[in-house]
Amino acid sequence: MDALLLARLQFAMTIGFHFLFPPISIGLGWLLVMMEWYGWKKNDELYVRMGKFFAKLFALTFAVGVATGIVMEFQFGTNWATYSKFVGDIFGAPLAAEGVFAFFLESGFLGLYLFGRNKVSKPIHWFSSLMVAVGATISAFWIIVANSWQQTPAGYVIRNGRAELTSFYDAVFNPSTLIRYFHTVDAALITGAFFVAGIAAYLILKGKEIELAQKAMKLAVIFGLITSLLELMPFGHEHAKQVARTQPEKFAAIEGLYTSQPQAPMVLFAVPFTKPPELKAVVEIQGVLSWMAFGDVNAHIKGINEFPRENIPPLWLTFVSFHNMVVLGMFFIAITLYATYLLWKKNLFEKKWLLKLFTWSIPLPLAACQLGWMAAEVGRQPWIVYGLLRTADASSITVSAPEILFSIILFGCVYLLLGALYIYLLVREVKHGPEPANG
Amino acid sequence: MTMDLNSIWFWLVGVLIIGYAILDGFDFGVGILSLFAKNEEERRIHMNAIGPVWDGNEVWLLTGGGALFAAFPVVYATVFSGFYLALMLLLVTLIARAVSFEFRSKVESSSWRRIWDWAFGLGSLLPALLFGVAIGNILHGVPVDTGGNYLGSFLGLLNPFSIGVGLLSVVLFTMHGAIYLASKTDGALQSRAVDWASKLWILFVLLYVVMTLWSWLGSPFLFAGSMKNPFFFIFLILLVGTIVYLPIVIKSGKFGRAFFTSSLLITSMLGQMALSLFPRLVPSSIDLAYSLTIYNASSSSLTLQTMLIIALVGVPIVIAYSAFIHYVFRGKVEITKESY
Repeated sequence: MDALLLARLQFAMTIGFHFLFPPISIGLGWLLVMMEWYGWKKNDELYVRMGKFFAKLFALTFAVGVATGIVMEFQFGTNWATYSKFVGDIFGAPLAAEGVFAFFLESGFLGLYLFGRNKVSKPIHWFSSLMVAVGATISAFWIIVANSWQQTPAGYVIRNGRAELTSFYDAVFNPSTLIRYFHTVDAALITGAFFVAGIAAYLILKGKEIELAQKAMKLAVIFGLITSLLELMPFGHEHAKQVARTQPEKFAAIEGLYTSQPQAPMVLFAVPFTKPPELKAVVEIQGVLSWMAFGDVNAHIKGINEFPRENIPPLWLTFVSFHNMVVLGMFFIAITLYATYLLWKKNLFEKKWLLKLFTWSIPLPLAACQLGWMAAEVGRQPWIVYGLLRTADASSITVSAPEILFSIILFGCVYLLLGALYIYLLVREVKHGPEPANG
Repeated sequence: MTMDLNSIWFWLVGVLIIGYAILDGFDFGVGILSLFAKNEEERRIHMNAIGPVWDGNEVWLLTGGGALFAAFPVVYATVFSGFYLALMLLLVTLIARAVSFEFRSKVESSSWRRIWDWAFGLGSLLPALLFGVAIGNILHGVPVDTGGNYLGSFLGLLNPFSIGVGLLSVVLFTMHGAIYLASKTDGALQSRAVDWASKLWILFVLLYVVMTLWSWLGSPFLFAGSMKNPFFFIFLILLVGTIVYLPIVIKSGKFGRAFFTSSLLITSMLGQMALSLFPRLVPSSIDLAYSLTIYNASSSSLTLQTMLIIALVGVPIVIAYSAFIHYVFRGKVEITKESY
């Protein structure tokens, strides 16, 4: 295999694995802030114990997230040296800013939050949980800034054979940054909500700490409903409108619009084929895509056929990943809406099947995050920086294919082990349950 | 020496590397010493001595990487792709250390804990060694061509001089960690830590003299310009002063002051190396004219300016709350229910 393909595989593997953990950290981080707030303000021992229990799971998740995140900080240089030289004038700054504004905050205050409960006052302890969540959320901001600049570059000029900064503000707040940031962070909040709801549901089913688990479940279900609805409207919708405006090839690929047309349909279901590109077994609603993207059912939308062949992203993967993400998003709304209704009716905790479904749904928001990320990144291909630099021209020229193969195998083994240990320890900790009061 | 933006960034990256060496340096030292702990309780004390702070300390490395990328992208790209396999190994060892804290404490089986003790110990020893090997290669010069591409091999990085600097850094960090450990413990473990620190000091002085002479002979360019700079001698005086003072202050039992002294020692030693390199970042061993410098490897002045503002706003805040957090966890290690 050639070095380029291997470098891409390695990047996909390392970022894919890393990206399993930050969404949990961000979402769970904010739920911990709420739990600790109730524990402190209401002086409710139950919430304090809830916080302690979920803080342990947070610490485990955070550790693997940090461990796998170190790799990301260096990988642009190791595997994508040509890219790094080309974009370094712009791309490095957000990574450095992430360190200064986010990592220090997150890791410093996490130590205080986990080990300082009896060393600092209650307000400062709560504040430390807040700073952990704020740090994680700021961290996401700078990463989305960097990635959004790859999607919709702005605030630069091509000079001295590279992209040079002309406006930091324009580069940071490029056309896709803010909406992608809200979309991604909200996805993380949903992930946190399902994480807490699923674990609480498990405890209820096992008859462990029922009062604590019911309160946690209530908090998570309502939080999950609000965040899932926001993800559809406005964040998902606005993000799609932005892609339609700024990256029409990607929009056509993810929506499966292979021929240009007015009154473009929204495809609800289809089986995509690639040679030639076509959809079979299609369920679609005429005009909805045009209306959604441009607010007019008659709007003309460019299909894949209108773009030069060398600028078209892979069609099958983008269509499938995007549509499955949407399906999962609908499922999150449905299940949290129904659970909220049952909470109001006061019989959620008797519905055993629903509690079971919640437990099994813990990984689903993570799957949605991965699928959304795939649609975003694969949809940007063949560009590493949209319109400026092709992925094929971006990798390190001094790193050989065998070297990359070695590192793929190395990290593959390490990550497999880490993943297995994480799940093993997480399940173990959940089965153990919260520590008893005054223990 | 006029202080243009490029020079400022040379020193800011230097400050990040020195900050990393001081802070994660003692983490590495404590981790290395944990390999010699006598029982479970001692091992836990080692781990918890750095438990609440090690992660924040490691962030200095990540921020240093980010700052290098932002300020000197050509160095970031050339060095990291050039040192490919070495860096991959470093990353794996850092991963092992990062997870060892959480993983170890979760299961109460002695064989399980044994595995993570090794992950913690070796995950501290190898990065300490590789840190020195990397610096050794920079001081020695690396084969970089006119296009800024690295032409060497993995084994080429493991040359005797660089391994010598690697050993120097292991000894220095272990001594630094032993002093830190002495300040966090009492009783038998504390007196052993003092003993370690004193013996490692002798080893450090010997190695430092050998490596300095070696670099005088092997890399004369390091001394050519810098000897004319008054700061070179300020660093030298500081370095000699801290080296002489260190065994005295360790013996007196003032470990806080001893830790401050060894931090100053690290600062003056790395500061002097940085001064010797300036304005080069990566000297080329093929031809010094091919070296990557703060001018031919830097970002545009707008980026350097922007980054300077970010640093001036962010770093004081970071230092303020980091100092507060270290202050909260001052004093001897206590093993509680929340401990690792």
